[in-house]
Amino acid sequence: MARPLTAAELDASSFYDPHEHEHAAGGNTMLGFWIYLMSDCLIFAVMFAMYGVLGSSYAGGPTPKELFDLPLVAVNTTMLLLSSITYGFAMLEAQRHRAATTLMWLGVTGLFGLAFVGIELFEFSHMIQEGAGPQRSAFLSSFFALVGTHGLHVSFGIVWLVTLMIQVGRRGIDPANHRRLACLSLFWHFLDVIWIGVFTFVYLLSTLR
Amino acid sequence: MNTLFGRLSLDALPIHEPILVGTFIAVALAGLALLGTITYFRLWGYLWREWFTSIDHKKIGIMYMVLGIVMLLRGFADAVMMRIQQAIAFNGSEGYLTAHHYDQVFTAHGVIMIFFVAMPLVTGLMNYVVPLQIGARDVAFPFLNNFSFWMTVAGAVLVMSSLFVGEFARTGWLAYPPLSGLDFSPDVGVDYYIWSLQVAGIGTLLSGVNLLATIIKMRAPGLSLMKMPIFTWTALCTNVLIVAAFPVLTAVLALLSLDRYVGTNFFTNDLGGNPMMYVNLIWIWGHPEVYILILPLFGVFSEVTSTFSGKRLFGYSSMVYATVVITILSYLVWLHHFFTMGSGASVNSFFGITTMIISIPTGAKIFNWLFTMYRGRIRFELPMMWTVAFMITFVLGGMTGVLLAVPPADFVLHNSLFLVAHFHNVIIGGVLFGLFAGISYWFPKAFGFKLDPFWGKVSFWFWVVGFYFAFMPLYVLGLMGVTRRLRYFEDPSLQIWFVIAGFGALLIAIGIGAMLMQFYVSIRNRHALRDTTGDPWNGRTLEWSTSSPPPDYNFAFTPIVHDGDAWWDMKQRGYERPSSGFKPVLMPRNTGAGVILAALSAVMAFALIWQIWWLAGGSFVALLAGAIYHTFNYNREFHIPAEQVLRIESERTRILAAGN
Amino acid sequence: MSTATAIPHASLRDYLVGFGASVVLTAIPFWLVMSGVLPSKAATGFVIMAFAVAQIVVHMIYFLHMNTKSEHGWTMVALVFTLILVVITLAGSLWVMHHLNVNMMPGHPAPDIT
Repeated sequence: MARPLTAAELDASSFYDPHEHEHAAGGNTMLGFWIYLMSDCLIFAVMFAMYGVLGSSYAGGPTPKELFDLPLVAVNTTMLLLSSITYGFAMLEAQRHRAATTLMWLGVTGLFGLAFVGIELFEFSHMIQEGAGPQRSAFLSSFFALVGTHGLHVSFGIVWLVTLMIQVGRRGIDPANHRRLACLSLFWHFLDVIWIGVFTFVYLLSTLR
Repeated sequence: MNTLFGRLSLDALPIHEPILVGTFIAVALAGLALLGTITYFRLWGYLWREWFTSIDHKKIGIMYMVLGIVMLLRGFADAVMMRIQQAIAFNGSEGYLTAHHYDQVFTAHGVIMIFFVAMPLVTGLMNYVVPLQIGARDVAFPFLNNFSFWMTVAGAVLVMSSLFVGEFARTGWLAYPPLSGLDFSPDVGVDYYIWSLQVAGIGTLLSGVNLLATIIKMRAPGLSLMKMPIFTWTALCTNVLIVAAFPVLTAVLALLSLDRYVGTNFFTNDLGGNPMMYVNLIWIWGHPEVYILILPLFGVFSEVTSTFSGKRLFGYSSMVYATVVITILSYLVWLHHFFTMGSGASVNSFFGITTMIISIPTGAKIFNWLFTMYRGRIRFELPMMWTVAFMITFVLGGMTGVLLAVPPADFVLHNSLFLVAHFHNVIIGGVLFGLFAGISYWFPKAFGFKLDPFWGKVSFWFWVVGFYFAFMPLYVLGLMGVTRRLRYFEDPSLQIWFVIAGFGALLIAIGIGAMLMQFYVSIRNRHALRDTTGDPWNGRTLEWSTSSPPPDYNFAFTPIVHDGDAWWDMKQRGYERPSSGFKPVLMPRNTGAGVILAALSAVMAFALIWQIWWLAGGSFVALLAGAIYHTFNYNREFHIPAEQVLRIESERTRILAAGN
Repeated sequence: MSTATAIPHASLRDYLVGFGASVVLTAIPFWLVMSGVLPSKAATGFVIMAFAVAQIVVHMIYFLHMNTKSEHGWTMVALVFTLILVVITLAGSLWVMHHLNVNMMPGHPAPDIT
């Protein structure tokens, strides 16, 4: 509540407001979560920096061109993008306090998220079977670290999503749950933003090299 | 290695090391005495209800200070061990510490002093003071605050347990690979290092988010940015740095742990790894970290100088700009920590120049403090004494820093004792003296009585004189070419300098003893030292408008601010305390969730260190389940009834009237 | 205070526009790389990076409801500051490590300095 006082309010004797109102709870949550998200950005920045520096250290091993299955990555990207819009639809329903349809769209989002993680796990296990695991070279270490960190974040997001679905199912869209949905919304879309960086700099640019 | 205990076995207990056995016995006896006393006086319930589960920023701030001071004793013990070793290890003698032990001592000394002394003390001060200075009732996320504290404690517990179960890293406080990699440090030491810092780091990061949201969102009406107390400004910039820098540390340590646990090749010598990338990234964290340590103390000096000169701070705007400039520039200097690693002239000159530029805003601050003092009515109470000692000592250390900023000079002095002298000069002269100033300044606010001045002055003189005896010889030794972290020496002409430094350590030890004595005597004489006004120094900022200690809710009514130095403004314009019309105050509830989640994190970290996989997995699941369970608790607030507020405020009005 | 909860207001139009733009901004880069239609790799690289930046901006505006008013501008300040630090971390690391590698890695002889 740090708004500057108007000239009319600058009365020398008013060092407190005897009629002050209680603040609505949770007014700081959105900003606090945004700040946390900015710190998360920096974790990804380190992962990207690692990939930038070590991304061409193949150690005589497999290279991106040999490993990356771009059509599969395109499918994965679509899963994530679809999950973003379905979460958007969930937020629209939450705005209208419609718990049932919110839950439905959240569920669909979760399924797309699971598809994303599933495809990624498939991709990883295939690479490991081919001898292109994270221990093979610095390039592969940084690939698995960057993509894996993103995938871990998505997985945590899914756990959070399921938790919220239970909480919305119990209490409906009250102010607290609305805030929580808004925070998860920021998280979810932010992960999609990171993915744009991943598919561009890791998959597409490395294949070009 | 077995499934039930991982790498942990009875071999982990250092029963063949007399120093450690002796330490363990001492610690065990003291610990039992402490636990026994608490049990005898039936204080466990009180401690749990009033302190451990408290989400009150004031209680959490005090607990941080206690943690920091306790860990100071451990870190200082490491320092004394090193001073003794280096003073005697000449003429064929290799001293009393093996290399295996000595390397752990200097590593632990650095890790503990930075992460478990300086950071908690700085965080504690900011936690206690900032909400009061901005007219708020608590921080933005009180539960998170409690959790952050216990995560820091968990990290400290892990480091301390490395003393008796296993061993600590032998890599220096930043644990550079390849030395910290699996090939050269296969034992648990580096794992203790990694996990204690990861756990504590989460606490610090969340605390940064918390205080940042607090300062941005919870300022009292009328408290615009350029009217904020200068300590709050420095806290704002510090927490920006925390939020921006600590993720880098978290990520880098995670990558190092992947190298150690999974066999990845980020920082290895082969298969494409690059150890210098670790050095690069860790210093991208490390340089902002030292500004995280010093900026709040610059704020303390501003508050203290202004209050004890009886004058408004000179150049408030330039102080703010200087702080912001330092915040931004702190991200552009990191390479000066490894000029010698071969990045070449163009890179080195860029970072050398930025490093020299960053000294300018700090210089501006010194002038502002001097101009504040000029023509002021200066009262040389303890906080002001520490401030003057800081100004002299820190400027000296800062100058040696500018000297080191010149790459060709650094090529001679890098990793010498000159460097060690420089950073101790600025950390002790800046951070530690500032903390002592802040502690003696705000102690009466927190506890309602002043600290005993006599023992405070004893502590002051022993610390200041001791510091110079301990570290000036190191500048000489560094210029003569002596490298850091050495355990014994071939050149007997160096010994006298080490002996002088050892004498300095002895003086500092007396200074620390005097400080502990000061706490004891102050508590014993608290009635004589009592302050009932809440404003023992004739302060200028809002925290001095409350009682000492403040009520749980800080302010019965949120203050409305019209001017910088808000409390001074209120006093000048005849502020009258409200005596009626109080309302119920909304407060957050205490909770044990922070303690429990942090304890689970510590268990998980311990399990990961010793590779007890079932325990690591189980505690992770428990941690996740616990965190999720906590989110199902929607009932986190309660009201303090209006009658209780009336009672507390009336009592204060009565005491203030009686005191006049 | 009405802005206390500060949950940004979403609209169906925002999400549909954002989604549509994102699909296009994703499909084109994938196509450019997979088909190799542009003559030079460098040109392809620049184009897909530009598309990435564009899509990030689209996400920021249409999905994250990024604007200069939210939280009295602090959201934007935080984002800009973070972006600056990300750029410093990435560019700084690449610059420093490149120089270290050239000067110090075996097989990378350093240029003669007289």
